[in-house]
Amino acid sequence: MDNIIRKYLIMTLFKYGYIFQVQMILRERFCHQRLPEKPVGMESQHKHLLELLRRTAVHGESNSVLIVGPRGSGKTMLLNCVLRELLEVKDVNKNVLPVHLNGLLQTDDRIALKEITRQLNLENVVGDKVFGSFAENLAFLLEALKKGDRSSSRPVLFILDEFDLFAHHKNQTLLYNLLDVSQSAQAPVAVIGLTCRLDVLELLEKRVKSRFSHRQIHLLSSLSFIQYLDNVRSQLSLPQDFPDTKFYDEWNDSIKTLCEDQLVVDVLQSHYNSSKDFRSLHLLLMLALSRVSASKPAIKPTDLLEASRVCMVDSKANILHGLSILELCLIIAMKHLNDIYEGEPFNFQMVHNEFKKFLQRKSHSIHNFDKPVVIKAFEHLQQLELIKSMDSSTAKIQKEYQLMKLLLDHSQIMEALQKYPQCPTDVKQWAMSAFG
Amino acid sequence: MVRYFTRLRVRRIYKWGGRPYIFDRKLKSYGFEYLNMSVEGQEAVTTVTPGQYILIEGNDDEYPFVAKLLKLFGDESHKQKKALVQWFLRLSEVPQNKKLLLGRSPHPQEIFYYLGRACDDEINAESILGTVHVQHVPEDTPFPEPGTKDTLYVKLSWDTKAFNVLDPVLMQDTSASTPPKPAPPLFTPCASPTATPVSRGPVHHALPTPDPTVMRRAGSVSDTRATMSAGKRSTLEAESIHSASKLSASKILSAKRRGSAADTPGVRKKLQLSIGASPGKKMTRADVLCELLDEEMESEKVVSLKLSSSVSHSLQHGCSLSPMRSGCKTPNGQRRFPWKLTSISLDRLSPTALGEQDFSSDLLLAVIPLALEDEVFEAGLPTDAGSANTPKKRQATPRRNYVRGQKPTTPSRRKESAMAIREPALGVLAEEDSEDSPMQPIALTPRSKRKSAQLVSLRIRKQLNLLDNTQELISDGDDDCFVPSKKELQSSSNEEKTDSEEETVAKKTRGRNCKTSVRTPHKTPSKKVTPSTPRCATPCIPSRTVPARQPGNILEEARARLHVSSVPESLPCREQEFQDIYNFVESKVMDGTGGCMYISGVPGTGKTATIHEVIRCLQHASDMDEIPTFRFIEINGMKMTDPHQAYVQILQKLTDQKVTADHAAALLEKRFSNPAPKKETTVLLVDELDLLWTRKQNVMYNLFDWPTRRHARLVVLTIANTMDLPERIMINRVASRLGLTRMSFQPYSFKQLQQIITSRLNKVKAFEEDALQLVSRKVAALSGDARRCLDICRRATEICEHSASHPSSAGLVKMSHVMEALDEMFSSSYITAIRCASLQEQLFLRAVIAEFRRLGLEEATFQQVFVQHRTLSRVEGLQPISVSEGLAVCQRLGACRLLLLEASRLDMLQRVRLNVSQDDVLYALKPVRD
Repeated sequence: MDNIIRKYLIMTLFKYGYIFQVQMILRERFCHQRLPEKPVGMESQHKHLLELLRRTAVHGESNSVLIVGPRGSGKTMLLNCVLRELLEVKDVNKNVLPVHLNGLLQTDDRIALKEITRQLNLENVVGDKVFGSFAENLAFLLEALKKGDRSSSRPVLFILDEFDLFAHHKNQTLLYNLLDVSQSAQAPVAVIGLTCRLDVLELLEKRVKSRFSHRQIHLLSSLSFIQYLDNVRSQLSLPQDFPDTKFYDEWNDSIKTLCEDQLVVDVLQSHYNSSKDFRSLHLLLMLALSRVSASKPAIKPTDLLEASRVCMVDSKANILHGLSILELCLIIAMKHLNDIYEGEPFNFQMVHNEFKKFLQRKSHSIHNFDKPVVIKAFEHLQQLELIKSMDSSTAKIQKEYQLMKLLLDHSQIMEALQKYPQCPTDVKQWAMSAFG
Repeated sequence: MVRYFTRLRVRRIYKWGGRPYIFDRKLKSYGFEYLNMSVEGQEAVTTVTPGQYILIEGNDDEYPFVAKLLKLFGDESHKQKKALVQWFLRLSEVPQNKKLLLGRSPHPQEIFYYLGRACDDEINAESILGTVHVQHVPEDTPFPEPGTKDTLYVKLSWDTKAFNVLDPVLMQDTSASTPPKPAPPLFTPCASPTATPVSRGPVHHALPTPDPTVMRRAGSVSDTRATMSAGKRSTLEAESIHSASKLSASKILSAKRRGSAADTPGVRKKLQLSIGASPGKKMTRADVLCELLDEEMESEKVVSLKLSSSVSHSLQHGCSLSPMRSGCKTPNGQRRFPWKLTSISLDRLSPTALGEQDFSSDLLLAVIPLALEDEVFEAGLPTDAGSANTPKKRQATPRRNYVRGQKPTTPSRRKESAMAIREPALGVLAEEDSEDSPMQPIALTPRSKRKSAQLVSLRIRKQLNLLDNTQELISDGDDDCFVPSKKELQSSSNEEKTDSEEETVAKKTRGRNCKTSVRTPHKTPSKKVTPSTPRCATPCIPSRTVPARQPGNILEEARARLHVSSVPESLPCREQEFQDIYNFVESKVMDGTGGCMYISGVPGTGKTATIHEVIRCLQHASDMDEIPTFRFIEINGMKMTDPHQAYVQILQKLTDQKVTADHAAALLEKRFSNPAPKKETTVLLVDELDLLWTRKQNVMYNLFDWPTRRHARLVVLTIANTMDLPERIMINRVASRLGLTRMSFQPYSFKQLQQIITSRLNKVKAFEEDALQLVSRKVAALSGDARRCLDICRRATEICEHSASHPSSAGLVKMSHVMEALDEMFSSSYITAIRCASLQEQLFLRAVIAEFRRLGLEEATFQQVFVQHRTLSRVEGLQPISVSEGLAVCQRLGACRLLLLEASRLDMLQRVRLNVSQDDVLYALKPVRD
């Protein structure tokens, strides 16, 4: 008896350890902390980019390329895979200087230049500080790049994340200069732009555009649902080198059965229909994974369903659930006004009138509120951005007469009313009735 | 240093001093003895006399131009004051790209003797700021310790191509300030310093009697340089009466030299060399030097021979010239030679040390007959009488030469050489004489009588002097002011008096400068050379550890050649434009005038490349001496952060100064509007002109206004994309200044593109003919952008390489490869993007179109579209999505720019538009619906 209990305890302890490990491995995958072994479904693009960067690194050939694909399609992942592979090559290892820039961080050329000089460790950098004015920095960088030549200086890889934002910088000075260097006999550079905009070339000025090599690598996944499902399975499966084979087999079997479950397939299908990218899938799987524990050492179809529900939930409907009855009544009054005036804006006075009419006609459950209280509720709705002011200048017009619009759909309101806990029936009826 | 007044605000008053003499009757110009300058409201009067080194107002207040004053002259009315100068350059005036030729870090006070001929040597005398002290430092000695801030040092000369060791003779001739005397001024008025070592003076007609003092002074004043730069025709030359016979003058001169040197075989050798060079007159200095070089070894022997004759002693420097000059090639020979001379001269002196007077009179004796002889010559050839001065002068300054001869030796060296001499005491004496007699360069003569008395103090002073190189060098410069007169040599007492007289006068004229330098000895040793730190760190990208791999096969080779960055051997298809621009720039450079040119053309039509090619050709021509040298500066509107930075960049490239934009504008304005004489033509390329647009357009205005200035010598070539830029963005006064010299680069036709690729490939057979034609036709039809064309070809080679099973087995680039490359680069990605979109996204696009059709507008709010979307998804049998999800779908499409959206804070009310045509969307969605 004692033995059995001890055995059981040891087993549970091991299980805890394994579960912990599984969660570690999968979390790393889903949170993009570790690059995948091989980018899935983009082999030709991978080869193209690798060849291009390899030529820059080995032959000193200047290049420019754009990687274009929708959000979450794996642009950065592809680039990082390529860079990892590139740096594994012996010749290249110490020979390239990658410079990472992001359009969201380097919001203008001044900051971008400082960042470049910092990352390149040019002479006007001491520690982490870059000296000199904007003009000096630009002259300095250009001078530095000009000094180099194809065969002797180290190739610089400029990686511009959110490339389209760089195109909004004044005069596109940075882009012009980088692309100009890539087209002239100076230090070898590779300019790699990452963007999700398909029309990015139209953003470039024509002299900048002429200097760009017009290479674009498109990452548009044409993944079928079967492949998508396979991918889910492989994403959830444990790697070969998992320490315990028994647990490994158990887990992978459970994943296999999970992916064949009709409920799961339906959930994934709706997800697939909504978006094909892996980032949203990872979010879903992450939520499901967080429900795994030692007592429940596998992902169940219901977990996935629940996760999907969380993912797909309508945020506005959630807000509506938290409103007071008065505020809900105001929303309903606005809905009626919308119906009457066909989406024309309204002001507080109109809403208040509508609300008062409702109270006069058939209000038993709701007692009469003072006007200031109603105004307060109205302002609260405005703060929640359920209604939005149409006038740009708010100061001039009195609060009661500011024109407003409702940012809710009818269906959202009705849905919220159904779910609203202990909603008075007369309010419900008022909402359902065609006209106030 | 004499405090010169650099600020323009200070008003200086210039007055001629001394009695004017007419030297050109035709032009009615007068020469003057000296120039008095005073500052308004101040008592102090600075006197500038020919032979002195002066500062001339330049572009930079901090660093005025340095020159040696050769002559002062003016017109009849005395209104115009002009001066003839020999220029010196600061390093900052040397073109940026040539600075490296120096091969070492320059001394902060270093200047270079200017041997070029692009500079006008006639200046407005009123631009003289004051005097400065210039010191010649022999090539092998280090720069004096930097404590003496006011002295500038000359070590090398600069002939616009290279730095050369400065011929000490050139510097030596500069015996300085002729003190103002009641006697008629005797310096020669119209010596053209760049032309011949001649100083001609009508004065000599008036004074047929040889007067050594006069001679010497005349000789010392004129700068006798042996430059053969005949190409230069200075304005002065034209004015000179002798200008017509200038060429013959030099011939006669050399003949005279031959005559005068006849009695000293060693001298003749040297002189004949220069004779050989002078008649041709085309010979550059370098040629002469080459010849001299050949005889270097010989000359060494010659010198030792020559020393037997006292007259030839004066020519030591003339001889040492050749080895010094060749110093860059044979540093050893050059180093040894001067010292050898010194030791020899000391050696020679030692027997006569007790009777130095004998020696000096000996010298004088030698001088007088020669001088006489020259005068005879002059009488025979009245037109070229003045040219006889040089030989006289050479012999007229023997002791100075001697003193000079010792200068190159550093204290330790000197000691060494002195000790090496058989009679140490005398050696010391000789040394002392040269060293501690800053006031009396001719100390040998009078002081030697009190030798015993001096010997005691001498030893003490010697100790000091050994440490005191700088001081000594400076005082040496002062020595040059003193020219021994005939009287001096006749009686020592008399001489002493004159000497002191002269000294005081000289001091007066030279002002504070000399006094301070003479009186305040420097005790610090001169071993240390200031470490001149470069202005800023030189930026550079670290170099790679493994060298770049060279192209391995034909395709790689082709790819390397097709890269836009590779500079082709020639630029095909732009011959006409090339010729036009070339002619334009060449004519402007030749005439020394300025002008503007506007060049337009769509990107990638070879505008900048053509201009670079033109400049390359012109640089080559100027290297070949076919056209005057010019300076090329390039700025690019895109490569600066602000239009006003253009000034900063231009100034930095011109003078290597770093100043603020406003200051730079002021300096440039001054530079281009003032008749600063030392100026070569500047060719300025302004790329991407449209970016220099400012609201007031002052940058553009200035750029186009400068070339119109009389003294600017600026050629501005501007490039922009649009043909009508002047009409569109420029206000009238700017457009008018730009002028009508315009050129437009047409987009390349397909034949031209094909030719470009073929010429780039240059027999590397990598493409099929048809494939090339396809590319060039396609690009020509679209944009005519050569860059695009090359990029496509490059991509095609890649595709070809990948398609082959093995990289080495890849054949020619075929049509199919080119087609694929064209598809990649030209095809729109929208349709693929729609096809690859998720189901809901596609549905949303359909909803958008449906809503547009319903509304009859190309715009709808999200709310409206979402209603459609919901209906459509019911039709399709899908679960309707929530509003949040619908918004997410809409945002994703917006991020790809398939849809154009308003700001997302409008939430459901944001308006939606399609960024693709409806037909494209329907076409893309068709297969999905089926």
